[in-house]
Amino acid sequence: MAVFKRTSMVHLNRPTWFTYTALAVVLLASFFPFYWSFLIGSGDATTVRDPNMSWLPGGNFFDNAMTVIQNPAVNFWKALWNSIIVSTTVSISTVVLSTLAGFAFAKLRFKGNGPLFVAVIATMAVPVQLGIVPLYILMAQFGWTGSLGAVILPALVTAFGVFWMTQYLQQSLPTELIEAARVDGCNMLRTFWHVAIPAARPAAAMLFLFTFVTAWNNFLWPLIVLDQSNPTLPVALSLLQANYFVDYSLVLAGALLATVPLLIMFIFTGRQLVAGIMAGAVKG
Amino acid sequence: MATTELETSRADSVWRQRLSRWDVKASPYLYIAPFFIVFALFGLFPIIYTAVISLMDWDTIRNSGEYIGFGNFEYVLNDRKFWVSLRNTFSIFILSSIPQIVIATFVAAMLDHHLKARTFWRMGVLVPYVMMPVAVALIFSQLYADSYGLVNHWLGMIGIDPIQWHKDVIPSHVAIASMVNFRWIGYNTLILLAAMQAIPRELYEAAALDGAGKSRRFFSVTLPQIRPTAIFVIITSTIGGLQIFDEPRMFDSAGNGGADQQWLTITMYMYNTGWGELNFGRASAIAWLLFLIILVFGLLNFWLTRKFISSDKGGE
Repeated sequence: MAVFKRTSMVHLNRPTWFTYTALAVVLLASFFPFYWSFLIGSGDATTVRDPNMSWLPGGNFFDNAMTVIQNPAVNFWKALWNSIIVSTTVSISTVVLSTLAGFAFAKLRFKGNGPLFVAVIATMAVPVQLGIVPLYILMAQFGWTGSLGAVILPALVTAFGVFWMTQYLQQSLPTELIEAARVDGCNMLRTFWHVAIPAARPAAAMLFLFTFVTAWNNFLWPLIVLDQSNPTLPVALSLLQANYFVDYSLVLAGALLATVPLLIMFIFTGRQLVAGIMAGAVKG
Repeated sequence: MATTELETSRADSVWRQRLSRWDVKASPYLYIAPFFIVFALFGLFPIIYTAVISLMDWDTIRNSGEYIGFGNFEYVLNDRKFWVSLRNTFSIFILSSIPQIVIATFVAAMLDHHLKARTFWRMGVLVPYVMMPVAVALIFSQLYADSYGLVNHWLGMIGIDPIQWHKDVIPSHVAIASMVNFRWIGYNTLILLAAMQAIPRELYEAAALDGAGKSRRFFSVTLPQIRPTAIFVIITSTIGGLQIFDEPRMFDSAGNGGADQQWLTITMYMYNTGWGELNFGRASAIAWLLFLIILVFGLLNFWLTRKFISSDKGGE
């Protein structure tokens, strides 16, 4: 019976030429803007206006990239470094603090556990980005405007992260394991470290990736609170257009440069991102 | 010597027990505290304080304000820009959410096969998700250039006159919505794919035995089964979608939403009022109006979901 089921499903689910053609078109569309900007970015100022431009890249990408990198107004290296610092710090802190809170919500008994977790979920519906005026005033008062701390602090932990880790730990961390660690004389923090962290690893890796992507691409708040001399990549990129509105081979070369680090990361971790999105969907 | 050792060890164990009890009681609160502190400081406090500032004429130099009642709200609600930006925001949101869910459903159905190189296809559709919205906007705004853009060039080849993407209202919304779609279709595809794979395969077999063809199975089995997930996808996109900023801001080099505010969105309007005109009072009023709109939408969503979920019992 089981064998019959399996073979019949394979039959129902067999892809046709149409399936592969449709997917190939989607894939082409996914990569097209990236390739096209490489074409423009490897040409010169006139390429973008040329309807008969070549579909093979020109030879100027390196020169254009160097022009962008060396432009003092863009501050490319600083922007890249800042983006790395901000995204890494924010991701690590989100993962650690979310796992801590998730461990408590999922596995520890304490007064108010239920209502407090509901409160966490409720905060997800609050568009906190709308509080940027007072947030800016607050940062200005502390003298933090222009510094990376102003971008990092509000993003140290998210409700989504806490929710995600709680859900995961509830399912994958056996309560007996915690009790065993307690009997062996581990205090709470050691239990967390030796039992919860190893169990949380797959979900923590996914949370790290999502947080990293979000932090890397974040634009509005850094644009407000950072200045041109100390930008993150999206802020620097937005300046590129203001500086070079004539030469789009430079602008698009810059757009590519800002995207490449995440694309490289994606090559190695895309599998986990896919799994993470699909796992989250089933729960949601 | 022996007695003192015994005493210290006893005192030690009492102390340890007390410490351990305290550890069990206090630890959970310590572990969840960081989230609540960060949320209170950088989430809750600012959003409440926004309401206070919205009632003030804020002086950015002295960093203090003077109470003026509802003057800012009055000004904003009488400003043409507010209503235009409201229209644009909704228009862009609808143009991005509906095609997005339709295309994502289609692509998910394509991925829901016994494919060769399964992971390759799944990763492939997700690539746009990691692309920086600012970079996407820079690239797309050139693809949609009014006079020389590739999109108009291609349209010309099939006999369509050039479209004024950066001048006409609806075309500019279509262009901006396409950037949002580009970035999020793959992401939503995977969510819907997960929902499709959770459908019991027996349902398909039963339908096939009843003589349902491929498209019939899609419309009668797949679609009803993924409906809760599709609703979830749309709902989660509203909070972010109504705050759209990156793409319209980068759609031209000025960043003001066009000569006639064709694609000015509410968040752009707030940004320009706050950090362009340095009018924090009015910017706060705009923020609170948007907050109320999102709140109304959230409640509407909540009501709709409950209605939908109670109406299809099979859904999770």
